[in-house]
Amino acid sequence: MTGVAIVHSHLFEAVLQLADDHLILGHRVSEWCGHAPMLEEDLGLANMALDLLGQSRALYAYAAEIEDAGRSEDDLAFLRVERQYQNCLLVERPNGDFAHSILRQLYFAAFMHPFWHHVAANSSDETLRGIAGKAEKEMAYHLRHSAEWVVRLGDGTDESAKRVKEAVDALHHYTDELFQGSSAMTACAENGVLPDVETLRPSWTSTIADVFAHGQLAMPEVAHPQTGGRMGEHGEEMGHILHELQYMQRTYPNLQW
Amino acid sequence: MTQPAANHSLAAERAWDAASAVPDPEIPCVTVAELGILRKVVVENGVAVAYVTPTYSGCPAVLAIELAIEAALLDAGFEARIERVMSPAWTTDWITPEGCEKLRAYGIAPPVKGSNSKMALFGETVVNCPRCGSSDTQKISEFGSTACKAHYTCRRCAEPFDYFKCI
Repeated sequence: MTGVAIVHSHLFEAVLQLADDHLILGHRVSEWCGHAPMLEEDLGLANMALDLLGQSRALYAYAAEIEDAGRSEDDLAFLRVERQYQNCLLVERPNGDFAHSILRQLYFAAFMHPFWHHVAANSSDETLRGIAGKAEKEMAYHLRHSAEWVVRLGDGTDESAKRVKEAVDALHHYTDELFQGSSAMTACAENGVLPDVETLRPSWTSTIADVFAHGQLAMPEVAHPQTGGRMGEHGEEMGHILHELQYMQRTYPNLQW
Repeated sequence: MTQPAANHSLAAERAWDAASAVPDPEIPCVTVAELGILRKVVVENGVAVAYVTPTYSGCPAVLAIELAIEAALLDAGFEARIERVMSPAWTTDWITPEGCEKLRAYGIAPPVKGSNSKMALFGETVVNCPRCGSSDTQKISEFGSTACKAHYTCRRCAEPFDYFKCI
C-alpha cells in the first residue's frame, strides 16, 4: 500500500462511514420486528437487520483497530453525537409503509452488492476483503428479496402500485448521495482500498431499471438530489434514531452486557 | 475428521480432536469442524490456539461457538486462546460432505454448492427436499428461523423444511 500515513486516517473515516450506513439502516429495519405485514416478512426483515448490524459490527471493530486510540466498537457505535455520524440520508429515512422500507432496501442493496463485490475482488486491504466476501453474498439476498417485493407491489393491485410509486417519489432523490465520495472515500479509492463509488452508478442504475421495468414503475428524474449525511448534516429523524439507539449507553455509561 | 493442514505435533492433534468435536450450538447435529468454522488448531508453548472463521456477519452464535471451543480445549488440559479469522471469508462450500449429509438427515437441506445465489436477480435455485428427495419444492421465504437458513416447502411430501442458505 502506498501513502500509508494519509491512508491511515482516511481509511478510518471511510470504514466508519460504511459502518454508520449499516448501523443506521440495520436499526431502521429492526424497527419492523413484530410489526411486519406477515410472519415470513417479519422474519425476513429481522434477518436483514441482523445482517446489517453484523456487518456494522465488523466495520466498527476494524475502525476501532485502525484508530488505535482506545475506543471500542461500542464507543464508536453509541457514543458519538449526531454531527459525527456520516451515514447517507437514505438509510435514516423513516420506515413509512412496507413499500417505503422495501424500496429503501432495494436502493441500498443494489449499491452495496457491487460495492462489496469490488472490495472482495480488488481491495488491497485484507480485512476489508474478508468483510466484503461475506457481505457481498448476504447483500445478494437483500437485493433479490427486495427486488421481488418491489415487482410484486408495482405490478400488483392498484393500492400496492400506488404505495410503491409514492415510495419512489419520496426516496429516489436520496439515492444520488450513494455515489458521492467523501474525501476519505476518494483517498481510499485512489489507493485501491475501496472502489470509486461513481463507477458503481451504471450497475446500480441498470439493476433499478430492470426491477422497475418488471414492476411497471417509471424511473423518475431527480431535479434536486438530497445530500448532506456524509458531512454529518442529517434530517430531524436522525436525532430520534440516536435517542433510541444510545439510550442505554447514555443512561448507564459503560454498561456492558 | 483430521486437521486439514498437516500439523505434526501430537499435542496439536489432541487439541484438534478436542476442539473439532464441539457441536454447533444452533444445529447440534454437525460439529464446528464439519461446518468449516474451525480452521486449524496449533499449540504454541503449551497454549492451544484455535483459528475460527465466523459464518454469517450477524450470526449471534459466534461468541457461543468460540466459548464452547475454548471450554473443550480447557477440558482437554490446554490453556486456550481463540483467534478470529475474517479473511478469507467463510463460505458454505467449506461444509464437509459428511456435514452436508448430517444436515440432510437432520431435516435441513444442505447448501447447493456453487449455486447462483451470488447474484441472479429473479433467479431461482433448485433445492431438493431433505425428507423425500423431490426437487419439486417451493421457496416460502428467503429468510428463515436463523440467519443461516431460508424457508422452503416440498410440493410432493408437503413438508416444510429449512434450507441452509448458500453464501
